[in-house]
Amino acid sequence: MKLTGAEMVVKALENNGVKVVFGYPGASNCPIIDKLSFSSVKHILTRNEQGAAHMASGYARVTKEVGVCTATSGPGATNLITGIATAYMDSVPVVALTGQVTTGLIGKDAFQEVDITGATLPFTKHSYLVKDGLEIPRIVNEAFHIAGTGRPGPVLIDLPMDILKAEYDYPDDEPEINIRGYKLAGKANESQIKKIAEAIKAAKQPVILAGGGIVISDAVDEFRKFVKDTDIPVVSTMMGIGVVPSSSPRYYGMIGSHGARRANMILNRADLVLVMGSRLGDRSVAHAGGFKSNKKIVHIDIDPAEIGKNVVPDIPVVGDIKDVLGQLAPLVSSYRTEPEWIAAADEIRKNATREVETSDTGYVNPKYFLQKLSDKTNSEIYVSTEVGQNQIWTANYFNFTTPRSLLTSGGFGTMGYGLPAAIGAATAAEKPVVAVMGDGSFQMDLPELGTMCQWGIPVKMVLFENDRLGMVHEHQYLLYNSNYQAVDITGSPDFNKLADAYGIPNSIISENSEIDAGIDALMGAEGSYLLVVKVNPFEPTGDSLNENRLPKKEVQ
Amino acid sequence: MEKYTLSVLVENHPGVLSRVVGLFSRRGFNIASLSVGTTVDDTISRITIEVEGDSLIIEQVSKQLSKLMEVIKIKTLPENEMVKRGLILCKVRVSPKTRGEVMEIANVFRAKIIDISPSTMTIELTGNDRKLSAFLDMIVNYGIEEIARTGMTALERGANILKLDKNS
Repeated sequence: MKLTGAEMVVKALENNGVKVVFGYPGASNCPIIDKLSFSSVKHILTRNEQGAAHMASGYARVTKEVGVCTATSGPGATNLITGIATAYMDSVPVVALTGQVTTGLIGKDAFQEVDITGATLPFTKHSYLVKDGLEIPRIVNEAFHIAGTGRPGPVLIDLPMDILKAEYDYPDDEPEINIRGYKLAGKANESQIKKIAEAIKAAKQPVILAGGGIVISDAVDEFRKFVKDTDIPVVSTMMGIGVVPSSSPRYYGMIGSHGARRANMILNRADLVLVMGSRLGDRSVAHAGGFKSNKKIVHIDIDPAEIGKNVVPDIPVVGDIKDVLGQLAPLVSSYRTEPEWIAAADEIRKNATREVETSDTGYVNPKYFLQKLSDKTNSEIYVSTEVGQNQIWTANYFNFTTPRSLLTSGGFGTMGYGLPAAIGAATAAEKPVVAVMGDGSFQMDLPELGTMCQWGIPVKMVLFENDRLGMVHEHQYLLYNSNYQAVDITGSPDFNKLADAYGIPNSIISENSEIDAGIDALMGAEGSYLLVVKVNPFEPTGDSLNENRLPKKEVQ
Repeated sequence: MEKYTLSVLVENHPGVLSRVVGLFSRRGFNIASLSVGTTVDDTISRITIEVEGDSLIIEQVSKQLSKLMEVIKIKTLPENEMVKRGLILCKVRVSPKTRGEVMEIANVFRAKIIDISPSTMTIELTGNDRKLSAFLDMIVNYGIEEIARTGMTALERGANILKLDKNS
């Protein structure tokens, strides 16, 4: 059978179960776009390649499948970069297909040529520059295998245009995947797991630090059972939100600089911390020394390189959380956390949690809004966030009851992620997708509203409007003596009129008493909706960094 | 800081070296020396890297290197249980008066004289770090016109070999 390179790419996508590709055409990836139209794979045209990469990532997070995006060579490829790096930092499986100039022009600084495999080397799990069309089926299969297994991540395939157009004899047999340098983690070491069990039994004040690895490993059921049986208090990283319901009596919140004060206090008081599927990044654990003091650390991760990278643990365990929990649970079946420690943790929660303002003040309290959004939707929605105060408010105040329901750029902190990620998620989601955004980050990938409208993808948009880059504004208040520079975003459009221009129904609320009506309109609308929510520019993020600080005053 | 020697078997593909070297600079590890060449199996190359750091850094280096798809096997060679050699080509300034002395020094080190001109002599020397620097200490006063040296390359002593199973 004779197939062109592009046909082989598309055939391999179909074989790998791909249903949708997010992309943007140009001369060198046009052969792929052309052949996609004859296939079962749908191509969704975005408004910028960056949006395509984020959409693939949002899609991957909700479906557990590998997300796919495509872009042309040169600027198309470089526009993908922010999305690829975002996926890398949060271990999201994405395959990026980039067109490349024809083989003979590579290295000649041709029109729209860039060394994209070189440029993305630091933040792809692997990458390929195809030099022989016959290798395409193997390479695409390998790319999906690498992206989706072990610790997932993005893989890039760079495809020169002449190879995409040339015809090849398609191999009779499907190429086997056999990468001798890529071995998946086997069963976790039994004696290490026994050591964990002993440490748990000896612990008076144990705490579990839950990370995103539990979600990726699909071990949430096992994890919840483990917590129920042992009654060990749980705190989480941002990526671990939802592994137990945020409202669970044994969940004490997100840790770190933007986490809840109670969660950090409980973590500090622990005599044993079971770190599960977290890389202990600096936003979670700023000082490894302080984190380790007076306590034993158990670190379980599928990626051996994460163990000992930031914090050197007392008991390291390399393995898949699902496997580790399966082995560990029977060994600690008789263990039950001492009620004194639970009582102490509950006391910390009581004393270190602030009341949320619910009366009318001339602004909507975003924290109250997010609590109401959980209540009124029964948390049965996906929530994507941008980056900034909107992200931290959502992480700390929305009641996440299921894993994978928070789509957020935790590791890379990418503004402009939330809207396209929501669009990507909504192409496949079985629940409504709500994008929580600030008026700064919304404007980063705002043109993707066109994608949303063109393809009829319903996204419920909540736009916190404070005419500021709120988090930096707060940062300048706290650390730069209120010298507010480059944080005023006057000049933004009237967002309701903007939504009108796209034909998206919309409304605006500015009091807490209007929250109910606003959420009803948002969730009741048939398709997409934009709810503009006016918030006080001095509304604190309300995290550990500023919970003890005084109320703010505008300084002119 | 100590020096550790890593022996790394990698796929003999274009671009592999840039992945390996890029990882070092990106993560702030220091390469003291590096040498690369194909093995008996021409699909596999061996990279020998001398790394400066402590044992925790070396552990991170190997774990991060292991994550590269094209890295098949890594071993930190035990300092006292390996043979390690580098090669120097050294062009030394000589006059009819000093030529004999330089040749004597070369003989002491079992170096080879591989090129000669009225005013220079090019000497080839193989050895470990100590031998190479001892030689250079002796020769430096005559005037070194030019020097080219390879990275160190090494093998474990005895019957131990690197087998093609990355996780073993």
